[in-house]
Amino acid sequence: MTNNKIFPAVLWMAIALLGASALGGIALNRGESLNALWFVTAALCVYALAYRFYAAWIAARVLIIDPTRATPAERLNNGHDYMPTNRWIVFGHHFAAIAGPGPLVGPTLAAQFGYLPGTLWILIGAVLGGCVQDMVTLFFSMRRDGKSLGQMARDELGAIGGIAALVATLLIMIILIAVLGLVVVNAMKHSPWATSTVAATIPIAMLVGLYMRNIRPGRILEGSLLGVVLLLLSVAGGGWIDHQPGLRELFDHPGLPLAWAVIGYGFAAAILPVWLLLAPRDYLSTYMKLGTVILLALAIVWMQPHVKMPALTQFIDGSGPIFGGKLFPFVFITIACGAISGFHSLIASGTTPKLLSNERDIRMIGYGGMALESFVAIMAMVAATVLDPGVFFAINSPAGVVGKEAADAVAKISSWGFPVTVEQMALLAQQMGEATLFARTGGAPSLAVGMASIFGSAFGQGMLSMWYHFAIMFEAIFILTTLDAGTRVGRFMLQDMLGNIWPKMGQTSWYPSVLLTSGMVVTAWGYFLYIGVIDPNGGINILWPLFGISNQILAAIALCVATGILVKSGKLKHAWVTGLPLVWLVTITSRAVWEKLASDDIRIGFLSAAHSMADKLASGALSPEKAAIAPTLIFNLRLDAALALFFAAMLWIIVLDMLRICVRHLNNKPVPPLSEAPHQVTKLEEAWQRD
Amino acid sequence: MATRLNNLLCRYWQLVRQLSGDDAYERYLAHHAACHANAAPLSREEFFQRNQQQKWSGIKRCC
Repeated sequence: MTNNKIFPAVLWMAIALLGASALGGIALNRGESLNALWFVTAALCVYALAYRFYAAWIAARVLIIDPTRATPAERLNNGHDYMPTNRWIVFGHHFAAIAGPGPLVGPTLAAQFGYLPGTLWILIGAVLGGCVQDMVTLFFSMRRDGKSLGQMARDELGAIGGIAALVATLLIMIILIAVLGLVVVNAMKHSPWATSTVAATIPIAMLVGLYMRNIRPGRILEGSLLGVVLLLLSVAGGGWIDHQPGLRELFDHPGLPLAWAVIGYGFAAAILPVWLLLAPRDYLSTYMKLGTVILLALAIVWMQPHVKMPALTQFIDGSGPIFGGKLFPFVFITIACGAISGFHSLIASGTTPKLLSNERDIRMIGYGGMALESFVAIMAMVAATVLDPGVFFAINSPAGVVGKEAADAVAKISSWGFPVTVEQMALLAQQMGEATLFARTGGAPSLAVGMASIFGSAFGQGMLSMWYHFAIMFEAIFILTTLDAGTRVGRFMLQDMLGNIWPKMGQTSWYPSVLLTSGMVVTAWGYFLYIGVIDPNGGINILWPLFGISNQILAAIALCVATGILVKSGKLKHAWVTGLPLVWLVTITSRAVWEKLASDDIRIGFLSAAHSMADKLASGALSPEKAAIAPTLIFNLRLDAALALFFAAMLWIIVLDMLRICVRHLNNKPVPPLSEAPHQVTKLEEAWQRD
Repeated sequence: MATRLNNLLCRYWQLVRQLSGDDAYERYLAHHAACHANAAPLSREEFFQRNQQQKWSGIKRCC
């Protein structure tokens, strides 16, 4: 071994050793509070090792990337969607597209099991599952001129796979929007400060939209800077409104009117032109997210807060207050984004493959982008677990579980062994500028309290309420972007499907079709949002697992397509790279669907909950208000059960279809041919010069 | 030293502009001059509008 080989070898051994001790420290620690820096260290070492060795091996041996091969960006360059682009720029766009509110909410909810299960799943799931999924999907789409996941499923597996992918995508979108809408509603409930700040983001985005289009066309940085300054002012302005009697009542609402407002907003946003609201707010939410994530990372490294949550809580037995269900499979369902998220496969087979200037950028953008997203999830886990566990459970437990009165809630939570007092919660609420923090379910408020306490200790305690509402605004702004963009995507899919029946409906700019299909999509998610809001257990318990299941099933579909392609390309011996995460996803989602259907526990099983409520309704045990909504809740529980069953059926159809194709291929029977674009040598000089 | 720092800042500024899409129109003009020199390019306003419409007709944001 020469000198220039010894140094890297020693360096990587040191990283491996450091990572192993950090992980060991996290896993074996019992009883003592743990410095959050260990989480950051363990995560960075795991990502670095996986990126350096596993991702490089997949790129070189499994995918066999060819840096001399011309990418679609080069071959089909048209100056806008296909365009060879600097890899850092592509990385920025790709990361901005995949990073949403999911990795912030999931880990917060999963912290009810303790910090350990979620942290391990985020790390292991990402490096062996999520990153691999993103990277191989990006690669296969790039080799097929940037085709979408649905098109690849149709070309490589057949019509059944294609339809399953399309339907699953549409349904997951609807559940996703509903659950995210619920998170925003719960964050704004009876909070004039949060509500007025979130409301102010709408005219601010419109102003920025007008600026970028009419006042200074295309000056994106100027417009965004203006918007960011106004957003920060809106956080301060919300605090002012909160102290104005007469004004604050305008923004003080319970959940249901807020849900209607979000639904109305969703419809308006989806039919307004993109330049007015969606596009400008997307710039703002991207900058907000990047800024906040960097700030949070710096604050954690600087302040080194201590994690107070135990490694494991008693709720691994399935009795958790935030959502019902045992550690297996529900921790894997609850944390989808941040570990493995099927939604990414839609991005990795969308714009990104059309921008790559060289095949070797696949590893950095596909694998590296997801590793960074996973790191965001780790920080969310830290922000949730630095809170006193008693406080964490008081914020996140729905009133239906711990009781409506503060005294009942603290007694119940303290009886679990997580002491908390009414005074402590009142002081915290006062510091955060809120009337109460009890039963603020959905993950956003507790994340905001966690972030505010980290930021507060790093940058000054006097500003806690500002930090809290800044964090709420930051989460709300990109949830609203996802809601708006998702409704639009759902509309396009629906128009596409209806276009097969009546071609005029397929014209994306025909206004009656726009109104009708937007209305249908908004009605669909609005229904689930409405049900979530009126649910006495807070709705998160129902909607989040459904979202997790559908997102993981989409990931399984992407891995099916990838595994099928690997087998068809004669790479059977390497098919485990996508096959193993696929087997795991099929296992956890099937198990979770089974429990959601068959469990006798009414907090887990949809059908047993419907049954129990029907019994109570029949025997007259419900109060008049509850009896009035009971038939809707019962219907909805059955609908949720049907939906879960439908998701599982989709999954199994596509898995069996993929296996059928593989077996046929291995037996030399005809299968749909590989749809890879023919090889062309790149003419871009950069490809030869680099390295 | 000063020029090197200046160069570094310039490169950083270029990267920020490119990442945000602030220089999209200039890049479009360069592409247009190289590949379609015989036709008149879009105005800055037209280009921006077309670009935004195109950007948001697919799946652009994730959970």
